[in-house]
Amino acid sequence: MNSRLFNWCFKKSIWVYHANAGACNGCDIEILDVLTPYYDVERFGIRIVHTPRHADALLVTGPVTRQVRERLLRLYEAVPDPKLVIAVGSCATGGGIWYDSYATCGGVKNVLPVDIHIPGCPPKPEAIVYGVAQALGLVPKQVQAQAYIEE
Amino acid sequence: MNLQQISLDLFYTLIFPGLLFTAVVGLLLTWVDRKVTAVVQSRIGPPWYQPFADIGKLMGKKMVVPSGSSVGFLAAPLISIAGATLASVIVLRALINPQAGFVGDVIVLLYLTMLPALALIIGGGSSRSPFGAIGASREMSMVLAYEVGFLLTIFAVVIKTHSIQLSGIIAYQAEHGALALTVSGFLALCIALFCLQAKLGFLPFDISEADTELIGGPLAEYSGSGLALFKISRAMMFLQLPVFAVLLFMGANQLTLLSMAGFLLKLLAVLVLIIVIKITHARLRLDQMLRLFWGRLAIVGLIAVVFALVGW
Repeated sequence: MNSRLFNWCFKKSIWVYHANAGACNGCDIEILDVLTPYYDVERFGIRIVHTPRHADALLVTGPVTRQVRERLLRLYEAVPDPKLVIAVGSCATGGGIWYDSYATCGGVKNVLPVDIHIPGCPPKPEAIVYGVAQALGLVPKQVQAQAYIEE
Repeated sequence: MNLQQISLDLFYTLIFPGLLFTAVVGLLLTWVDRKVTAVVQSRIGPPWYQPFADIGKLMGKKMVVPSGSSVGFLAAPLISIAGATLASVIVLRALINPQAGFVGDVIVLLYLTMLPALALIIGGGSSRSPFGAIGASREMSMVLAYEVGFLLTIFAVVIKTHSIQLSGIIAYQAEHGALALTVSGFLALCIALFCLQAKLGFLPFDISEADTELIGGPLAEYSGSGLALFKISRAMMFLQLPVFAVLLFMGANQLTLLSMAGFLLKLLAVLVLIIVIKITHARLRLDQMLRLFWGRLAIVGLIAVVFALVGW
């Protein structure tokens, strides 16, 4: 398959599987908001699917509890390549208030290779749409990744 | 059977009324379906190239084959698309050139339009997924239910027109007027519309797929090109079954501009009816669906057959 054609198709048609990895349901409600007629993500070709086999992107919420870690890894393996991982909410980006808890892995990035983080507790629906659009390269990135170096 | 004949047949099957043409038009029709749904739900809806982007993406993705699944898992998408292609060739060639058919093509069509459903049963059953197995068993019950209604409508049409050939049925309608205007024809058309809805797997009859309870049923384990082939064959059926219904019931067409516009209007009416029923109805339970098809619709179908025998 021509890779440029495929990349175009992939950007125009993202099917999302939503995985709750120990979230409090706040982010899940905001994700449901994105699917309502008010925000209508189907105009970007984004659809929620109900099986990981059909998915192109994993939308993970929650700090990844130790119980759910193995399941999340299996879920990731069940998604056919190429795939994206999108971490939604403060807990998923860095563990939130559970960042040093013994019961969580402290964020999705410690378990799976994350493509984009969408912070917020919970993030606004606009922020989620914006984050997914950024992951696909539909809108330019506004901030650069920076690492803190101690003087 | 010389070389020219063979290449012409290949052209018919693979390009013009067959695989390529039907797939492209069918995918455009699925966009119409999604756009109408969006408008009814006061959304904007996807752009026109959305189904093509979906198919292109699925074709480029890796296909995961579950460990321990049998050959049927890989063969099922091919069976599905083969059935849809052959059925489309027969229906669309009968539309363009009624003399191209052969004796008994209506009966052949009955079997060919069943192939995509059979492929779903094979694929779901051999996917080693509980969702696939449940979906396959539900699909099997559904096939047994809606084929009764579909057979009865075909019986009514065949008895009425004394022909088992599409060209004969079209010629009868050119002489005596559209079948839908007779009592038996109208009853048969009503049942045929129910059967179309069930054959296309649309709400209220998407019992075997049931996204929210069976996560896609037989399609649950399919990914990549396998899923794409199933989607394409469904899009082809979405074009070809309504055309079949229009040909059977709604009168003959000449090769004039007015007649072709009339045909497109009839086709559009059938499509819009199917889509509106799909949007405005909730899913039936399996037992409700079986009761509907084996009970009320079968009785109405028998009445249509009796009327056709009487000659109404």
